[in-house]
Amino acid sequence: MGYSHNAGGTTWRFDDLREVMAKASPARSGDLLAGVAAGSDVERVAAQMCLAEVPLGRFLDEALIPYEGDEVTRLILDSHDAAAFAPVSHLTVGDFRNWLLGDEADGPALAALAPGLTPEMVAAVSKLMRVQDLILVAQKVRVVTRFRNTIGLAGRMSTRLQPNHPTDDGAGIAASILDGLLYGNGDAVIGINPATDSTAGICELLKMLDAVIGRYEIPTQACVLTHVTTSIEAIARGAPVDLVFQSIAGTEEANASFGISLATLQEGYEAGLSQKRGTLGDNLMYFETGQGSALSANAHHGVDQQTCEARAYAVARRFKPLLVNTVVGFIGPEYLYNGKQIIRAGLEDHFCGKLLGVPMGCDICYTNHAEADQDDMDVLLTLLGTAGINFIMGIPGSDDVMLNYQTTSFHDALYVRQVLGLRPAPEFEDWLAKMEILRQDGNRLQLGRELPEPFRRALEQLA
Amino acid sequence: MSDRSPAIENPWQHLRQLTPARIALGRAGTSLPTAAQLDFQLAHAQARDAVHLALDTDALAAQLEAQGHRCLHLHSAAPDRHTYLQRPDLGRRLSDESAERLGDHARQQQMGYDLAIVIADGLSALAVQRHALPLLQRITEQIEKDGWRLAPVCLVEQGRVALGDEVGEALRARMVVVLLGERPGLSSPDSLGLYFTYAPKRGRTDAERNCISNVRLEGLSYNLAAHRLVHLMREACRRQLSGVSLKDEADMPSLPGDAAKAGNFLLG
Repeated sequence: MGYSHNAGGTTWRFDDLREVMAKASPARSGDLLAGVAAGSDVERVAAQMCLAEVPLGRFLDEALIPYEGDEVTRLILDSHDAAAFAPVSHLTVGDFRNWLLGDEADGPALAALAPGLTPEMVAAVSKLMRVQDLILVAQKVRVVTRFRNTIGLAGRMSTRLQPNHPTDDGAGIAASILDGLLYGNGDAVIGINPATDSTAGICELLKMLDAVIGRYEIPTQACVLTHVTTSIEAIARGAPVDLVFQSIAGTEEANASFGISLATLQEGYEAGLSQKRGTLGDNLMYFETGQGSALSANAHHGVDQQTCEARAYAVARRFKPLLVNTVVGFIGPEYLYNGKQIIRAGLEDHFCGKLLGVPMGCDICYTNHAEADQDDMDVLLTLLGTAGINFIMGIPGSDDVMLNYQTTSFHDALYVRQVLGLRPAPEFEDWLAKMEILRQDGNRLQLGRELPEPFRRALEQLA
Repeated sequence: MSDRSPAIENPWQHLRQLTPARIALGRAGTSLPTAAQLDFQLAHAQARDAVHLALDTDALAAQLEAQGHRCLHLHSAAPDRHTYLQRPDLGRRLSDESAERLGDHARQQQMGYDLAIVIADGLSALAVQRHALPLLQRITEQIEKDGWRLAPVCLVEQGRVALGDEVGEALRARMVVVLLGERPGLSSPDSLGLYFTYAPKRGRTDAERNCISNVRLEGLSYNLAAHRLVHLMREACRRQLSGVSLKDEADMPSLPGDAAKAGNFLLG
């Protein structure tokens, strides 16, 4: 079915919904690279006007990627909850935006609506939204998850402590863990990106993290971010696996390029559940995503990168994850060229994930070949904090010495706590107070000046 | 930070000797002190400059030939760095002229090769200039007894990882290894990556490749990288595949195993 719209004295025609969506997307380099972007600014707005008139229900009838050839499309359509969708089923995309901004769309209403929304619906409405809309609506939604603590509560923001080391050296990793803990970071997860993909090496790292969390009784969880099949193997070898990690994307073919399918993820999820290591809950999957990954694998099917990204959240939500992290600026300038594009993409991803009921965090980051810098990251950090992000990364001095990119620092999290009054997960906040590391009273932070006793004793061994 | 500085030092500064990570930076309020903030800005400026440095292929070829290697100069379909950064598709394939040159070479060979080695600038020509040669030397030493037939070393400008598949396929090589400059990090503008594919052909996905990253003086050593690569290659020949199905199980006592246990003061 074709679509058309009159704008600026011209009739703009679009072959299908996929083309309307792609051309309605705010400009970014990845869509240009894919050859799906609007050819002019006016064509883009014409596509947005056209999209605003499309009934939401249309997305259930016209799949952007055919049902027969893609298991992610099948997952989205087969798991769609028509009863949950009912409150907005009569609306167009444009009126869905109006509804979302209104009082009727409060936290409970949006939580109940989530199973009735498809990724394509939320991607569509996001394309009609400004930055302030993406923030205003997202901050109404809370997605709360639990493993050994409680992540995503109102007024709180958690951090992943990311103690990466170029050669996985145990002492080097421990030094970064200690630095992060003493700056009050690590309640989302203590998560290592390993340099090795050897299962034996991964198992050693898992044992070490487990021992640190146990020794200091830290109410958090550990993860070594390795391929899901490696985590399954590590579990089979008896290694202590809290969270099962995997990078995911929004099409079957892109997931295949990561060496996974829904069945592989199910296997990893079940292996994780079999460990019964969560004390407060059993959300135990940790997923990472990012706009451009489908195109990067040449598996986007002509769909714009933001819609592909939203489809990855449908994959994520099937497995009740603890953490979903859009690694927004990691992929590089060919997908998100500069600070402006990275900032908008981070807010879109957070908005779409939250509306779909996914516990969104963001790796607020950039690489050295992108046209971006620390100022851009400060802007995105402040906006995502305002929008109610579940968690961000924390790394020493913003510099990942293993993955070679810049993300938010331990200090950055404290900045957000000061200006927005956001506190860590309650269980972790109690631990920080007990250890005399950090006390927070509203916007006022008090960091301890002395080393906590257990850590002082640990450091004495180095003398 | 002097005694009079309003910045607050961390009492765990001696841990810095354990990691290149930017730990124990101290704080001004809860923010970065001025000195640490400016150190970061300098490192970012250096990394930005590394991205835009051009690879001196003539000098590299001269060094390789002095070591007894034959070389082929190739260029990707990305004509310049600006295009390269925005068009990864062009960096993943050869220019028409280079494809023709490679085809000519392949036609002159009666049989294919066991191993093709591709050296490409990637995102850091600095990494290639510093590490490609010594690493290649270790690799060739370690595979001497395998008796593999080696293709000429292909030097590629404005190249990306997947370009190795096209080169390997054109040369009828059983395996291809791509040595290429990784994204410059703040503390590591010169990190080299190795990407290995068995039975290379255009259209292979990332899941069909094995990666060994972070080869540089402060990172993974030449010997260890070569050891892991050679282990992967032998396993790949035995099982006739590469990628996620081929795990890196090389026996490597120093990574991380013993170090993780012995050196971890938090668990002492």
